[in-house]
Amino acid sequence: MKFGVIRFPGTCDDTDAQLAAQRVGDAEILWHRDRDLKGVDAVVIPGGFSYGDYLRTGAIARFAPVMESVTEFAHAGGLVLGICNGFQILCEAGLLPGALLVNDNLRFVFRQVTLEVADRDTPFTRNCPPTLQIPVKHTSGRYYSPEPVQVVLRYAPGQNPNGSQDDIAGIINNAGNVFGLMPHPEHAVDALTGSTDGLTIFESIRAAVAERVPVA
Amino acid sequence: MASAGTEAQPRHRELGLTDHEYELIVKGLGRTPTGVELAMLSLMWSEHCAYKHSKKLLRQLPTDGPHVLVGPGENAGAVDVGGGLAVAFKVESHNHPSAVEPFQGAATGVGGILRDIFAVGARPIAVLDSLRFGEPASSPRSRYLLEHAVRGIGHYGNSIGVPTVGGEIYFEPSYEQNCLVNAMAVGLAPHARLTSSAAAGPGNLVVLFGARTGRDGIGGASVLASAELAGAAGANGAAGDEAKRPTVQIGDPFAEKKLLECSLELLDRNLLASLQDLGAAGLTSAASEMASKGGVGLDIDVAKVPLREAGMQPFEIMVSESQERMLCVVEPHLLDQVTAVCEHWEVQAAVIGEVTASGHFRIFAGKELVGELPVELLVDDCPLYDLEPERPATALYGGGDQRVATDADAASTLKALLASVNVASRLPVYEQYDPVVQSRTVRRPGEADAAVLALPVLHARSGADGEPIPGIAVAIDGNGRRVAVDPRAGAAEVLYECAANLACVGAEPLGLTNCLNFGNPEKPHVAWQLSEAVAGLAQACRDLGVPVVGGNVSLYNESPDGPILPTPVIGMVGRLPDVRHAGRLAFANPDDRIALVGAFNPGRDGSEVAKLHGSAPAGALPGKDLVALRSAHQRVREGVRAGAFTSAHDIAEGGILVALAECCIAGGLGAVITLPEGLDPFGEDLGSAFIVSGPAEALAGLRVIGAVGGRELTVEGVLNLPVSELAALHGGGLAALVS
Repeated sequence: MKFGVIRFPGTCDDTDAQLAAQRVGDAEILWHRDRDLKGVDAVVIPGGFSYGDYLRTGAIARFAPVMESVTEFAHAGGLVLGICNGFQILCEAGLLPGALLVNDNLRFVFRQVTLEVADRDTPFTRNCPPTLQIPVKHTSGRYYSPEPVQVVLRYAPGQNPNGSQDDIAGIINNAGNVFGLMPHPEHAVDALTGSTDGLTIFESIRAAVAERVPVA
Repeated sequence: MASAGTEAQPRHRELGLTDHEYELIVKGLGRTPTGVELAMLSLMWSEHCAYKHSKKLLRQLPTDGPHVLVGPGENAGAVDVGGGLAVAFKVESHNHPSAVEPFQGAATGVGGILRDIFAVGARPIAVLDSLRFGEPASSPRSRYLLEHAVRGIGHYGNSIGVPTVGGEIYFEPSYEQNCLVNAMAVGLAPHARLTSSAAAGPGNLVVLFGARTGRDGIGGASVLASAELAGAAGANGAAGDEAKRPTVQIGDPFAEKKLLECSLELLDRNLLASLQDLGAAGLTSAASEMASKGGVGLDIDVAKVPLREAGMQPFEIMVSESQERMLCVVEPHLLDQVTAVCEHWEVQAAVIGEVTASGHFRIFAGKELVGELPVELLVDDCPLYDLEPERPATALYGGGDQRVATDADAASTLKALLASVNVASRLPVYEQYDPVVQSRTVRRPGEADAAVLALPVLHARSGADGEPIPGIAVAIDGNGRRVAVDPRAGAAEVLYECAANLACVGAEPLGLTNCLNFGNPEKPHVAWQLSEAVAGLAQACRDLGVPVVGGNVSLYNESPDGPILPTPVIGMVGRLPDVRHAGRLAFANPDDRIALVGAFNPGRDGSEVAKLHGSAPAGALPGKDLVALRSAHQRVREGVRAGAFTSAHDIAEGGILVALAECCIAGGLGAVITLPEGLDPFGEDLGSAFIVSGPAEALAGLRVIGAVGGRELTVEGVLNLPVSELAALHGGGLAALVS
């Protein structure tokens, strides 16, 4: 299978996401100005500061040409994983509900956190163990939604690093094919650099794609 | 060409040049300089650019070594790390901008040092910081500077996707008005991509790319960096340092991220003849350094420089310190390709001049010639001054408040040390930095005494079939208190300690970079501190066989209250053959034995316990047995590399009990220790000795002093404290002042 990893100017974790995805399949970088998704089976929108994010996070990236294609891809049932800035962009693009607000302590936070997998019946978490050790690193990761949402990941009790509503760390859309999370699974794919738990998310995607009818 | 004004206060003095220097300029030119020329000369002849009070001293430092690829003189030095790869690194100060505007000062300090790294063709893979502030408990200003400098570093490093993997912070009253913000960056490059800044080839084009040029940062190198600070309020109603805020630049990490990717792609495609970043003194410094190194001349037309605002004067364009700009030399037939790469990355590029054979730097404003200076006059002819060092007859620094009674018991003293701001956990600070982006970080802050980064890109088959995974270790160190006690021995000790940190992860040093932060060198006592410290560093470099590949000098770190503690900061890069055996500091296995490695000769002068007792940094530092020191470093390095030691930690600030407590806290495990007879539990002897743990057989031949186990730190006949209590004190000391 092939992952497509989107690169905006200002994306930082693109190479990391590509390397993580390459542990389970092929992965290539998709440039923000390109509308062609090059036949990928799943799209990863990685972390960073797209277009600098001097405005609200993700507010500019949602207008990128590549996001038109990602939106079509998602509406056709394609798997889309948004990590950190990617999650923020998916919310801005309307592909996921809610918004990511500035952390309650108003600071950037890096922390290795424990996550509880609240829903293992998704294409993104089917291979995950019940808990994951994965780092977070963000300034705007406090999830908020006025409506009920489908929660996939929660910070373990006492581990919420940002004041997120109901300890929400990751959510999925109603159709079950667009997943956004603040923690960085691509930074938890090798025991040498801290943990391998994040790899189970990429493995889940591979397994799900293998069973699916390809997206037209 | 109009000549510079001759008002009551001559223009050259306003710009920081002495009358003598001005006379030399007039003599060298054979006429009075124009306004543009004088502005350019005042910057190039500033302490910041010309090193006029330190250059002679720095010649003592050894700069050659078997691994050195690029020594001092380029934007950053570089060492060979094997496998066709080079590691470029450098530390630089951004002290005065940070004292005036901490967020932007610190942010642009990081931005500036990163540009130095990619200017030589290396991709930045790590940032480290060395910070100094006044006492945070009693000074709201110091808490403000700390909070905003840390935020500025994070803002830039996190946003540009370079991990911040290490650093150090200390708090002393002498930094109250004049904080220190030193930033070090480390980059990785294939040998073939290492690039010089030497301009070459008359007829080649000079291209400025990156951000537009504005009025920010005008005079930063001279007015701000090369003069003493006046203090927050200013003396006698004069404008204080607040008034200098417009000389501080504003950072834009997004612009730099694009500039970084664009620059590396231009180099990868072999499109550039040379590359140089714009830092202090802007276009003036960048262009004249390029011309000087290449032995050529340059013509620059300021009318072609893309500007942020209309109506900028030629001298403003030439000295602006607007950030996120690079200058390159391009052969004319490659210009279209260069432009295309810049367009891809949405980076603006403009041809602003060309290389000439004249040896002169000519500045045009359209058709009008507004300045013409021999490159030599700008770059080489600034007079170098001899220092007039004099050992001070009286103490320069006082003691502080007494926080622990000198006759307090060992348990109370240890608890006070662990909670003190200079020893407490740095977690509240490094938690604000991203240490993992780029997927190389094998040891993060808090896990070991040095950061460890894998050199090859890690993938699923890394290390398969027993293949080693080579890596580098990086650390940064300084200790103003101990250098104040004895500048020569103290500076050497900083270097030993930095090397000891590398040994703890199993790395041998390849090279170092230094940042010499001192007061006003025109004052004899500061001149003495500086010359003694450089002599100590030179000796220690030779002792350990580690060359200096680059660095920076920051002088005039004074306020009306006096000079800062003399603070040489050392950043060191080492290599380890296999990151899978990189050392950790935490005790991890109950029943492991604990050994003291090295000839440990602790004393209290200049120590953290002496500070808590209210003592001034004075007296004498312990003598070093260099043979024993080298052998201890080697023993630890080898034990770690062989995987024999579970943990390794150097005995640093606070002494042996603090080191033991740190190993316990990091691992959440206790230990039972019997201290060697007569050993001072709180004395310091930095860089000489280590605490290691491991199975009994792995420690054969070492001085075993105890064993790992339980939930308490027990030192026979001295103290017995729960590790949880120690952890709470250690964790809370700085946290209380950061939140």
